Parts: sequence; structure tokens; C-alpha cells
Amino acid sequence: MIDRSFIGHTLPAFDVRVEAGRLRFFAKATGQTDPLYVDEEAARAAGLPGLLVPPTFLFCLEMDAPDPAAIRNLLGMDYRKLLHGEQQFTYHAPAHAGDTLRFEQRIEDIYDKKGGALEFVVRRTQVHNQNDARVAELRTVTVLRNA
Amino acid sequence: MTSTTSHIPRFDSLQVGDTLPALELEPVSRLMLALYCGASGDHNPIHVDIDFARSAGQADVFAHGMLSMAWLGRLLTNWVPPSALRSYGVRFAAITHVGDRVRCEGRVTEKFEAGGERRVRLELSTVDQDGQVKLTGDAVVALP
Repeated sequence: MIDRSFIGHTLPAFDVRVEAGRLRFFAKATGQTDPLYVDEEAARAAGLPGLLVPPTFLFCLEMDAPDPAAIRNLLGMDYRKLLHGEQQFTYHAPAHAGDTLRFEQRIEDIYDKKGGALEFVVRRTQVHNQNDARVAELRTVTVLRNA
Repeated sequence: MTSTTSHIPRFDSLQVGDTLPALELEPVSRLMLALYCGASGDHNPIHVDIDFARSAGQADVFAHGMLSMAWLGRLLTNWVPPSALRSYGVRFAAITHVGDRVRCEGRVTEKFEAGGERRVRLELSTVDQDGQVKLTGDAVVALP
């Protein structure tokens, strides 16, 4: 069983710069062809400071943490038994290529179902930009299959 | 292709029950999963390494849930610019396999005002060629 004393644990904050090339690669991988996601001139012509960050890309940036396995290792969770159960985003301000985003992660809850066969870890991540403006909040539910 | 910002739907012209233009994807291929692995930074081998997937008791690699969530996100941002999105969430109900043909669907379920804005709530899903639901979700969007 995952140690419940980690409920409320916060991880060291980290900064991630949003790179245009990475956004173009993400657009290719997800079939996104709208020029605002791939063409910097088109984005600037539309009055944007840089390429648009698509709605789910904040989750990808969160995985650019110095140690993306930090929580998994902290809680002793095996990759082979993990599933992504739920993912939510609450948006406060758009993000663009060129931004530097700060991620603050907190383990919000750990609980189990089916007599411990399934354990759930809920993580909440606050994202601010270089101007200290709130960009988004992420809520991630990871499922550990013990059975 | 034109950008999304020129044809934003109007709050007054929408009704509960209205559907978004569906988004149909090509069958899930191993190349898609490899590209998403690199671009997303999600290097969990279960999505690209069949040897690892078998060691985890799976018959084959399978799609990242977040790839389907990105496709559903395209459904949303084909409809409104991302600056109009207030929230977006999904539950990963079933695994999406190699070869599945994914269709992204959305429907207006509520019109309301909040935060000084006119907003609609959307019910979202991805389904495969057999009609099996893979992702369910919802989003809240602010409209003019």
C-alpha cells in the first residue's frame, strides 16, 4: 500500500520554457494543422506573442520536470502497474511559445478501492507564467493496479 | 487551412443538444504513438515498446490516453480558440488500441453565466469503430 502520510506532500517547484520547435512537433504528432500552432508569423499576425500552447500541452510541460519520475519513486509505484485515470485542466490565461512556466505540484489525495486492489493518487499542479500570472491548474488521477 | 479565431460560435445561436462538428482520426498507428511519445515527453515504454508491453501483461502497445485527450482538444479548438476554454477534463474509460479508428464528439449540455461571462458546458467523448467509448469528458467554454 502507498504510504498515506504523503497526502499533502509538495514537490520542489520547477520552471519550464515553452519552445516553438517542441510545439510544432506536438502539432505534428496530434495532427494539428491550424497555423496559429505551427507558424510563428501567422501567430504574430494574429496578435499573439508566439505559437499557441494547445489545451493539453501543459501536461507535457509538467513532464519536463528535472525528475519526471519523482512522484513515482517517492511513492514506490511500478510503471507496469500504472494507469492514467483522469486528467483535468482549469485555464486562467493562455500560454505561448517563449513563456517560462513554473509548476508547483502537490499530492492531494491517496485512496484505494476494491479492498486495495486499486490505489489512486491525486496530484494537483499550479502553473504560473514569468509575470507570476496564473495560467492553469492541473488535476491528475493515477491508478495503481495491485491485483 | 484557416485559423480558428474567425468563426467563433455565438452564445445566443447555440441550443442545449447542439453538437460540435465531429473529428475523425486515421486508424491509430505505431508511428502516431512514436511521434506522440517524442513530442509529448511521455516516454512510458508501454506505448511504444512491445517487449515492455508484454512484460506488463499487455498483448501489444496501446495509445497514450493523453493522445486521445489532445485529439478531443483539437475538437474544442477547431470550434473556439484556446483562450475561450475555462476548463477541460476527461476520464480514461477504456484503452485505445493500435488500429482503432477514433471519432471525437461534443455536445452542448448547459448554457449559463459565470465570472461575468456567457459560457456553455460541453459533454465530450471519443469512441472507436465499434462504438465503444474510450474517453468521456467535459469542458466549459466562454462565448461572445
